[in-house]
Amino acid sequence: MSPRKINLTLKIWRQRSPQSPGKFAEYKVAVSPDSSFLEMLDDINNDLEKKSLEPITFESDCREGICGTCGLVINGQPHGPIPRIATCQLHMRNFKEGDTIYVEPYRAKAFPIIKDLMVDRSAMDRIMEAGGFISVNTLSVPDGNAIPIPKDIASEAMDAAQCIGCGACVAACKNASAMLFVSAKVSQFALLPQGQPERYQRVESMVKVMDEYGFGSCSNTYACEAECPKGVSVKNIARMNREYFMAKIKSQNIE
Amino acid sequence: MSWVWKSLNSSIGKKLVMAITGVALMLFLIIHLAGNLILYGGKEAFNNYVELLELIKPFIRAIEVILASIFIFHIFNGTRLWIENKQARPQGYSINGSRKNTTVFSRTAFITGSIVFIFLVIHLQTIWYKFNFSGTELDLYTITTEWFQVWWYSALYFIAVLLLGFHLNHGFQSAFQTFGWNHKKYFPFIEKLGTVYALIMTIGFGSIPVYFFFFGGK
Amino acid sequence: MIKLDSKVPEGKLEEKWTNHKFNMKLVNPANKRKYDIIVVGTGLAGASAVASLGELGYNVKAFTFHDSARRAHSIAAQGGINAAKNYQNDGDSVYRLFYDTIKGGDFRSREANVYRLAEVSNNIIDQCVAQGVPFAREYGGLLDNRSFGGALVSRTFYARGQTGQQLLLGAYTAMNRQVNLGKVKLYTRREMLDVVVVDGAAKGIVVRNMLTGEIEKYSAHAVILATGGYANAYFLSTSAMNCNATAIWRAHKRGAAFANPCFTQIHPTCLPLHGENQSKLTLMSESLRNDGRIWVSKLKHDMRKPNEIPEEERDYYLERKYPTYGNLSPRDISSRAAKEAIDNGRGAQGQDAVYLDFQDAINRLGQKVIEERYGNLFEIYETITGDNPYKSPMKIYPAPHYTMGGLWVDYNMQSTIQGLFVGGEANFSDHGANRLGASALMQGLADGYFVLPYTIGNYLAGDKPTLVKTDHPEFEKVKKEVENMTAKLLSIKGKRTVDDIHKQLGRIMWNKVGMGRNEKGLKEAMVEIKVLREEFWKDVNVVGDSKDVNQCLERAARVADYLELGELMALDALTRNESCGGHFREEYQTPEGEALRNDEDYAFVSAWEFKDVGKWELNKEPLEFTSVKLATRSYK
Repeated sequence: MSPRKINLTLKIWRQRSPQSPGKFAEYKVAVSPDSSFLEMLDDINNDLEKKSLEPITFESDCREGICGTCGLVINGQPHGPIPRIATCQLHMRNFKEGDTIYVEPYRAKAFPIIKDLMVDRSAMDRIMEAGGFISVNTLSVPDGNAIPIPKDIASEAMDAAQCIGCGACVAACKNASAMLFVSAKVSQFALLPQGQPERYQRVESMVKVMDEYGFGSCSNTYACEAECPKGVSVKNIARMNREYFMAKIKSQNIE
Repeated sequence: MSWVWKSLNSSIGKKLVMAITGVALMLFLIIHLAGNLILYGGKEAFNNYVELLELIKPFIRAIEVILASIFIFHIFNGTRLWIENKQARPQGYSINGSRKNTTVFSRTAFITGSIVFIFLVIHLQTIWYKFNFSGTELDLYTITTEWFQVWWYSALYFIAVLLLGFHLNHGFQSAFQTFGWNHKKYFPFIEKLGTVYALIMTIGFGSIPVYFFFFGGK
Repeated sequence: MIKLDSKVPEGKLEEKWTNHKFNMKLVNPANKRKYDIIVVGTGLAGASAVASLGELGYNVKAFTFHDSARRAHSIAAQGGINAAKNYQNDGDSVYRLFYDTIKGGDFRSREANVYRLAEVSNNIIDQCVAQGVPFAREYGGLLDNRSFGGALVSRTFYARGQTGQQLLLGAYTAMNRQVNLGKVKLYTRREMLDVVVVDGAAKGIVVRNMLTGEIEKYSAHAVILATGGYANAYFLSTSAMNCNATAIWRAHKRGAAFANPCFTQIHPTCLPLHGENQSKLTLMSESLRNDGRIWVSKLKHDMRKPNEIPEEERDYYLERKYPTYGNLSPRDISSRAAKEAIDNGRGAQGQDAVYLDFQDAINRLGQKVIEERYGNLFEIYETITGDNPYKSPMKIYPAPHYTMGGLWVDYNMQSTIQGLFVGGEANFSDHGANRLGASALMQGLADGYFVLPYTIGNYLAGDKPTLVKTDHPEFEKVKKEVENMTAKLLSIKGKRTVDDIHKQLGRIMWNKVGMGRNEKGLKEAMVEIKVLREEFWKDVNVVGDSKDVNQCLERAARVADYLELGELMALDALTRNESCGGHFREEYQTPEGEALRNDEDYAFVSAWEFKDVGKWELNKEPLEFTSVKLATRSYK
């Protein structure tokens, strides 16, 4: 509620289209410490619109850290300097008077830039479509309590299932690898009894599509876990590796 | 059997190759270090050890071939991964935030590995080649310790070993992670064990040039 | 005048849905692939409908304006989902869930629909568990439950504070499976801008490709809208930034009646405003009210810090006024009580906020237990406000959250346009004048998994709709109209930004069509909205062009619709001379300040028919209650 404002210099990536070259544009702002980072961008856009200048294109939706739409690289860190939050939950009280802040889009071959800070993350959906599901038809299912699941297993599956699909792991990884994202879904289903029938087929298909999209490999630097707004653990990557080896050894797939 | 080849060339498969070859090389380093430490035993002890190796030459040759192919796989595959991983992000960030979310050991694995590789070439040329292809009976203890009197060689050796330590500190736990052996109970222990292993290797190998350069082995 | 036929089947309440399913016409499995169905929206209702219809064998085209189907705002639902499983052995049953829901809705919903909802609620849990949704479990491995407002049984299933996320991802994965099998074609980054009606039946939609700006046409045998609610008419709400009413509003303008637009839910536990540039309000889960106690100072204009106010000077007003339900009173009642305290000058430190205090719970259970239960919510609170809720109480304030109103649908979920079906929050059907917590997820999934797949089949087999190709003149005409509107918006080049006008509309709506409404305010609101609408079309500045990504244009088109919808919300509120649920008319209250319903004159659904901008005709669907007795809703 403080009327105090902090003065900041923002260097924001502007790029007209996927093909055109981009560059940083500079904006000077005075912003309330209670404002969120995206609200600050809203303000800048409002000013630009008043001058009939094209506003900065960036994506956000729920603004409470769960939809995974937002994702900016702020001073080299996806979702900014504070751990365990999405960009929309970053508040300006975390910056100091006079700071210069660089705002860039996610950069990865698999995430082409569409415009300014907006990127195309549809590769992640394609991976999910390849096998990130349990094949049950509506209504052809047993009672919810028919299969007891140990509390700690359910909880571990939930830890993995929390992934919001924002792509920060890809953005943070020096190899632009999507392993954390893919492993979260693989793990969730590998842990639960419901996921067992398609266990091996799932990991094989998902990894195959992941590789096709040109994501890098994992070098176990764990930047993904450090930047994940939900703290999804790299243990899931280990589990996916395990699942993959077992699938390769046991599955009927000779492709 | 094309599935084997395809699997090893998948993103996870390539990592598996790195991990398996890496573990093999780590085991080799233990034996190598044991041999080197005999230098501290003096001229006679070391030359006896060399003689022992001469006695089982065919076996050593076989091991060397295997070792060489493991090295080549590790290096070739590592380089390929490095290139592919670079291609996964054609345009880099203007501000690099990696210092805030990774350790120096993991970030620099390729660079430390490359420098160790350069050293390895020199090392093979100066020591291994002399050992094996000089033709005449040599006093290898003297040759080795003389090399350590050369300041730049000792310095290079020391730096390479230090970077090898960095490389191993990452590589040890990384291999376990790649194998999928990351468990809440055991992984912290593996990470510590990796650091201890890397320290032993660094101190073990690194002490030799220091000792012989400054104290001349006397 | 539209003829409103609810098509509620004959027979006993408990047997209606079973009988109806039996009497419905079926499509031969081999013929299903000959039918195309469009589904707009991929939230809980949309994604689950897409998945189920795909499984049945129909050709489904699914549309979302997001970059991925997983981003729909259903994902933000925190607390849980209700089902009448009675796993806790605390006396729950389908009938009790039905009764609680209809009572919670203040007897302004259709009995048969609500009963069906309660009936299929159990299937939802089974379905989601089978999909791998990691619901919370007890130590024995069975499903855990918690309590929510407006109920005296524990029937809420949950997955930490992210139930909506997990359920949506369940539906999303089921949908992905159909995409993988080729039964569903997914169109992302497409915003529906109109529905195409040929000879009185919906035959397709017109969308804007948000990457290229291209206006695209898609045809089908039937169209399902599952595009969510319209709480963003208030500008500040808990809805996501991109939630909008455009799809349902454009359908309304093509002939679909809009029901009960004034029934909006103001959620009691949201974070208070921080400043002028605030873009949206953040909800703190209702589950917090299981252990948190809500209070304000007994003194007016008390500027002391909360910890300095002694126990005897605190007014735990919910516990005082509603001893039975206490802090778990329904949302409308809790919100209104907060407003009353604040209007009385007793807001927290003079702000528009009340305290939600965990000190007692921490003393009783220990901080560790509270951390386990609400740790992530406390973190969210601290991230946003910078205050530590373990040390001093949270400050909360009501905010627009959900809209019970929506397009009118019959028992088959069909709107007044033939072949246009509406599911989830976008329709009006199940919550009456107030929705109970953990019921939105239930309704969305019930519609998508268990109702629409049947009723669509009935429509296709019964009415035998034909497919109209997209080169039909009507498609061309609608496309042209949409293009003209876009061109118009871009050509105004006035002085006011889109957000600026939207914020002004929001203030009018919040102040005059918000928690407390009265005749004078509503009449003023209608005039002000009309003036603002004219100003918008004269003086808005939409930057950029139409053949590109243009978020400014996207927002402008949505605000244009709110400026019409807002007026209808006010008109509906003005017409309904009673207080019920979320609709509180200050003229109609009991001496204690409780809502005063008028069942004699207002036990009906208002279904508004669009005539022209600013002109509507009211149609009434009388509500008949055969199984429940209309009673004053008491939570005392």
